[in-house]
Amino acid sequence: MQTNTISATGILNLDPSCTPWEQRLNTLLNAGLGAGADLVEVFLERTDHLGVLAEQDKITSVSPAFGMGAGIRVFRGVRDGFVSTNDLSDAGLAEALDQALAMLQLERSTLSGSSAFQGLSALKNFAATKHDWLDRTPNLDVITQRLLEGTQCLERLGQHLDVRRSSFSRDWQEVLVAASDGTFARDIRLHQSSGLSVLAADGDHRASIARRYGSTDKPNDLCDWAIEASAQEVCSSASTMLRADYVDGGQMPVVLANRFGGVIFHEACGHLLETTQIERGTTPFAECIGESIAHPAVTAIDEGLSDGAFGSLSMDDEGMEPQRTVLIEDGVLKRFISDRAGELRTGHARTGSGRRQSHGFAAASRMRNTYIAAGPHSINDLIGSVDRGLYCKSMGGGSVGPTGQFNFSVEEGYLIENGSLGKPVKGATLIGEAKEVMPRISMCADDLDLAAGYCGSVSGSVFVTVGQPHIKVDSITVGGR
Amino acid sequence: MGHAPLNVSALRDRLHQLASREGITQWDLGASRSNSASVQVDRGEAKQLKASQRSSITVRVWNRDGLVGITSTSDLSDAGLEKALMGAHQASAFGNADDVPHFSPLAKAPTDPLDRPLKNSEGIQSLLKNLLEAEKELLSRHPAIETVPYNGLNEGSSERIYLNSDGALRQAQRTQASLYLFARAEEAGRKPRSGGAVRLALGSAELDLNGCIDEAAERTISHLNYKPIDTGRYLVCFTPEAFLDLIGSFSSMFNARAVLDGVSLSKADTIGQQLAVPFFNLIDNGLHPAHVGAMPFDGEGTPTRALRLIGDGRLESFLHSEATARAFGVQPTGHAGLGAKVSVGPDWFEVHRSEGATLPGDHLDHRTTSDSFVLIESLNALHAGVKASQGSFSLPFDGWLVNGGERISVEAATVAGDIRELLRSIVQIEADPIVTHEGVCPHVWVDGLAITGEA
Repeated sequence: MQTNTISATGILNLDPSCTPWEQRLNTLLNAGLGAGADLVEVFLERTDHLGVLAEQDKITSVSPAFGMGAGIRVFRGVRDGFVSTNDLSDAGLAEALDQALAMLQLERSTLSGSSAFQGLSALKNFAATKHDWLDRTPNLDVITQRLLEGTQCLERLGQHLDVRRSSFSRDWQEVLVAASDGTFARDIRLHQSSGLSVLAADGDHRASIARRYGSTDKPNDLCDWAIEASAQEVCSSASTMLRADYVDGGQMPVVLANRFGGVIFHEACGHLLETTQIERGTTPFAECIGESIAHPAVTAIDEGLSDGAFGSLSMDDEGMEPQRTVLIEDGVLKRFISDRAGELRTGHARTGSGRRQSHGFAAASRMRNTYIAAGPHSINDLIGSVDRGLYCKSMGGGSVGPTGQFNFSVEEGYLIENGSLGKPVKGATLIGEAKEVMPRISMCADDLDLAAGYCGSVSGSVFVTVGQPHIKVDSITVGGR
Repeated sequence: MGHAPLNVSALRDRLHQLASREGITQWDLGASRSNSASVQVDRGEAKQLKASQRSSITVRVWNRDGLVGITSTSDLSDAGLEKALMGAHQASAFGNADDVPHFSPLAKAPTDPLDRPLKNSEGIQSLLKNLLEAEKELLSRHPAIETVPYNGLNEGSSERIYLNSDGALRQAQRTQASLYLFARAEEAGRKPRSGGAVRLALGSAELDLNGCIDEAAERTISHLNYKPIDTGRYLVCFTPEAFLDLIGSFSSMFNARAVLDGVSLSKADTIGQQLAVPFFNLIDNGLHPAHVGAMPFDGEGTPTRALRLIGDGRLESFLHSEATARAFGVQPTGHAGLGAKVSVGPDWFEVHRSEGATLPGDHLDHRTTSDSFVLIESLNALHAGVKASQGSFSLPFDGWLVNGGERISVEAATVAGDIRELLRSIVQIEADPIVTHEGVCPHVWVDGLAITGEA
């Protein structure tokens, strides 16, 4: 059964070549500038979401959703007003513009009033080759079959599994961005994510393990998913962690695995290099360009370009093509991640990092694919250098607070004793502050790898990639029992 | 404040017409619509002013085989409704035959009246003026308070609808306003510290601005004098907010859906068992007068009601949807969402001690006790540090080490444990329940919790 007909294709089209959007947007932007705004930006989107869940050997949830909306942002000086609406009619958009203008105590006289607006530039159409992506994604028959294959693999490969789950989500988004500086760009994005999770239980022992994989712009990604290998990884972790002891807390060196281990840089430092943090006064690095803020072993990059990576973009949500931004080079701070408002308010040039969850949020400077670059060492070099510490093989989520203190949980850990891996341990939470921890990342291995994730912040939840090679942190607080 | 109510009769008639055309005889619909305005400021200037109008509907249909499908959309137009209905019908081919939701048997039952008068909006310029003044006042409270990096003042209205092909029709509106102020303070040569406060009200004119400023200032200043803490086991006192956060993170213990799915610490036969110390009581009361966000019915149209979950330490009830209630042979409790797989969740917790009980820690009072203890003000990173299906938690926290009445802020530390052990290790539930923005709870004392510090 084909269910891709549950798609946005039946609702308002955003393709300016076959709809009067260009004229409508010109009118709106002209009216906004005519009212005295310095800049007006309109973000339009259509979305089509599908979530499917398999539990044990049944499909237990199929959840399609579709929608559309607009976000209108008006700048006057460094201030801005933002209004979002689901009403894309002429009247609805005009009302939203009026509201945004009124926030800045501006008022338009008529929609046809004159202004300094020079008209929209030629459309940058990043969507031109992507129109069939939604139709090329697997249909529900295929999706459900793949997910059931996942739970069956878990059953076959796991032990003591009380709960087996396999899930898939597909987020299709068409966006059209227009601004009174002439910006006019359109894109279609496709993010797909699949995952496995289990709950192993044996008497009082319990372990829950989950893995999630994600891609951008790869319609057939679910069919290419190596389910058996993923299930093997999940079952192996669950089996190991089922009877693991809780870790003893304290200060100790840790070795963090590659892929999702990159959450340490994301939380400890990445957020503090977003211009939104300069605006808030919550980053200790605001005046540190050109200064050493990390160990010389650390080079860190944020980019939106890696093929198929979850945080990759053809354009950001302000119509700018993403860049490869070297944030830290050999320990020295080089750049901040910046969006339109960040450039306006902090002077740091835009990096194609203006991102938002949906039309309901104003764009903000956000990470994309963020990772620590590979170093010269082997994993054995790192583990062999630790007398007593913790090896974090798999990480959970984390966060960073207003003082720069970060945290993240360890899903699968092992003690390191005399340079070798010891028994598995669970229940660890790592906490620290960027200024203290970044200089302690003293060794990087040669096995850089990336992992998909979601990042929630000021402009909502966005798709990101974290990554790193195996790294060693000389000392960090490991919370435990 | 807000907008004219949705025309529910027209929505119902249109859906009925579309369903009849497609041969769909059983369907229901949940809809919501909201308007909101919010402001943020930064050191005396407006930072961002924001407004939104949002709408969404979820349509659920039962096909000829009795299987259920849903589709959600933000498009409330006729075209959007038609597309959602068709989408739900298509998705129903993949409905779970082993777990088919029915209409709630209480979807037409009377709801308890909620005394929540709708409040007029003050307007965004008024919000801005009030927030600028609040920020200025907070910045003036201590020279070390340099910024209020996280702040916001919001007001809005929302509406929820439930209707079904069996004639149920629910509609409710509410208004709500919120204020949050999180200050950052830094003294020369010392680490930055922060503290904050939140207030909710039915309208922005009713918000306790001064109380929020006072609390944010007091909390921030109280963290300026900080020290690392030794790793070890401590007598811990949770503030009401911290305890409610913790118990809320483990609400799957009381969630019938989680029990049926095997991801809860509880089993069906856990009802009646002693989960906590015998003087501990937990009620979910979505109708509590202080619950600003209260709605009179849940996603399936079941009336909201108070439900005792733990009485004198024993598990008495689970939170239910229609389907889980049917599986357990009880009535739905008004805690359901609306989805392909109906979710279940709590509304508003109340914690209190049993009347007349004598507690082992009755001498403990967080304001006066001379014992050494750790006062946990707030728990952080609950999304990452709580393993609800395992019962364990390991969480960074903000708080103080209290010795002989002197409070010293804890520099950076985590608290870890097992929720089942914690509930059995409570030594004191103070007498005075405190109304917070997320529930009602006194200070709760637990002995022997593991804390990891940097000392």
